Amino acid sequence: MRLFGKRIPIGASLLVWCAVWELAGRVGVSSIFPPLSRVVAAGMTILPTEKFHLAVEISLRSFALGMAMAICVGITLGILLARVETLGRILGTWVNVFVSAPISALVPVLMGVLGIGETTVVATVFLFAVFVIILDTEVGIRKADRSLIEMARAFGARNYQVYTKVLVWSALPEMLAGIRLAAIRGVKGVVIGQLLISIIGVGELFELYSKHFLMEEFWALVILVFAFAFLVSESIAYLERRVEYYASAR
Amino acid sequence: MELTGIGKTYATGVEALRDVTHAFPAGKLSTLLGPSGCGKTTLLKIIGGLIPATAGEVRVKGKRVDGPGAERAFVFQDFALLPWATVLRNVAFGLELRGVPGEERLEIARKFIGEVGLAGFEASYPHQLSGGMRQRVGLARALAVDADIILMDEPFSSVDEQTRRKFQEDLLDLLRHRRKTVIFVTHSIEEAAYLSDQIVLLSARPGTVSQIIQPNVNRGSKSPDEIRRDKNYLDAVDDIWHVLKRYLG
Amino acid sequence: MANSRRAGGDRVFWLLLSFACAFALWEAAGRFRLSAAFPPFSDTVMAFLRMAADGSLAKAYLSTSQPLIIGFAICGVVGVGFGVWMGLSRTVEWLSVPVFVILQAAPMAAVVPLVTYIYGIGLTSKVLAVVVLAAPVIVMNSYKGIRNTNSSLIQMCRAFLGTRTQVVVKIILPHAAAMIFAGLRLGLAMGFIGVVIAELLITPTGIGDLITYHSSVADFPEMFAAVGSIILIAAVTIHALERLERRLFPPESRGS
Repeated sequence: MRLFGKRIPIGASLLVWCAVWELAGRVGVSSIFPPLSRVVAAGMTILPTEKFHLAVEISLRSFALGMAMAICVGITLGILLARVETLGRILGTWVNVFVSAPISALVPVLMGVLGIGETTVVATVFLFAVFVIILDTEVGIRKADRSLIEMARAFGARNYQVYTKVLVWSALPEMLAGIRLAAIRGVKGVVIGQLLISIIGVGELFELYSKHFLMEEFWALVILVFAFAFLVSESIAYLERRVEYYASAR
Repeated sequence: MELTGIGKTYATGVEALRDVTHAFPAGKLSTLLGPSGCGKTTLLKIIGGLIPATAGEVRVKGKRVDGPGAERAFVFQDFALLPWATVLRNVAFGLELRGVPGEERLEIARKFIGEVGLAGFEASYPHQLSGGMRQRVGLARALAVDADIILMDEPFSSVDEQTRRKFQEDLLDLLRHRRKTVIFVTHSIEEAAYLSDQIVLLSARPGTVSQIIQPNVNRGSKSPDEIRRDKNYLDAVDDIWHVLKRYLG
Repeated sequence: MANSRRAGGDRVFWLLLSFACAFALWEAAGRFRLSAAFPPFSDTVMAFLRMAADGSLAKAYLSTSQPLIIGFAICGVVGVGFGVWMGLSRTVEWLSVPVFVILQAAPMAAVVPLVTYIYGIGLTSKVLAVVVLAAPVIVMNSYKGIRNTNSSLIQMCRAFLGTRTQVVVKIILPHAAAMIFAGLRLGLAMGFIGVVIAELLITPTGIGDLITYHSSVADFPEMFAAVGSIILIAAVTIHALERLERRLFPPESRGS
């Protein structure tokens, strides 16, 4: 986009939307859209509250635990699926089923089995995230350069060294891509899990604010959560770009 | 077909071409040859009207042009074939864009597919063809629109050496009786000397006309292999190399 | 021919084996009573057959499919249309891309409570829940499909005197079709998530009602059967779309 012969960076349009939001709020288009300035002010007032800190703490903990488990399990299974043919054929079907299945339907099941609490949210995050990591790791390992593996063996690499020194590094771009998608899904998992449980974390706050029509607080929370999701995905994308040079060189 | 004072400076500040002035003889094959990065392809795309020049003008038959036109047809380096369309539709594509009715354009397309030696491949898709065959499709597409001027952008650069030789011979054969004006971009000295009536040597960036060489190879009576041993052909190769050597290193 | 048939038979064998393994594990876990709320596979199948026989499954899916189909249709028309517009117009692109990049990464489910608050607990809210979840990926994929068009093909079209309309209709749209279709497939997967959330969160109807009701009266086999059925249906639908996609747009005909 150019204006008066100057290039305007693409992210700048967000400022335009902020202005539109502010204006719409002031004109009073709808009671659900309070002016952005008041949303920001509301955000400032909820930030220091005890309730908000607790919600953030629970949500972040569930996210971190669920993601950590998903990454460990996902990468291990992904490598196994790619290297052990029988396992790949038996588990591959299920990974493909669950990677695009509505995991949200499993939340009530988890609530039954794990109880109504943080564990269920951790499990939701894990299930949202793990399958795409398995899938991408598997693809990455399968795409690994045959001749690199042969080279490693020719120079006397032991079996475990082929894995740690060649395969894992070779699949790193795909693994990171998988982890980035998984993190996006994981954030969705936290929110969906907590919304369905509706007594903990930011999910509880979303319900609370919309039930009591606290629109300013509601939108402040939406902005915070969306910003978090965006930041997580962008920081992993940054790592991805750093290894991109050899992803394309293969 | 004339160029006067063509210049091209990109928005980044890089000057690709400066003051290129040249008249291409009608009915002849002229080659644009120069060190890599000298703006040969840029110049050809300016002639084709695909990118605007920042200075100077392109005239075709005395009329100034500043966009693509029916009298010019383009053959692309990367073939630019529609991957989802058959050979037949690809060859007919230029006519399709001009609104030539279905049966008529397919008829014309079939004729040219035969002429470039691809009869029997009408229903194939580009991905089923080798690089050389794909470029024959690109050539047939350019011939099918019956333009007087054919612009070829390194058409053989993604084709292997043997296919390329055969293709060069076929190209000369196809053009011999048609009296088309051909402007041909290449980085191969042998290719330029073998094919051209006239070679326009461009200098290193910013590219400008450095020398014109006319190989004077008498093609009419000779077989391709005789041409490749012809004294004039070998002299031309030598001359070009002496000029180009200056721009290297 | 014989070879491909053998490969097909092979695939069916491994598919059955992988089902058998998973179901055996499930059965064992249920029999060992890992949790009171985890019924064995056989009980779940029996419950599924009971529910299929008495028509409660069919009735549930009749109501679940409504918001899903309407919402997906809206996304298919408006979302693809807007994505294409975004790809073709520099101004629209500049205005919308950052917004959709954020929306695509954002947990859109967060706004479902608000949707409920405004539109109540009827069909409209559920349709909107589906739209809100499915739209970002559909819009972004359509946009990327348009923007990724091979520039050499566009130049070719212009060199042969194609007008702007012809460039769009004959080059850009066919080139983007595969990616738009993939976007619709991903959008449908999100739509399934959306409809499940809507039916669990807004008010229990359809499949969400079956899940909520049976879980509240501790009929766990029935609840598992309902959950299993929606996952099965989503998996089969999306897999079918994937196969259709590979047939319509084989990788070698996509170009780049």
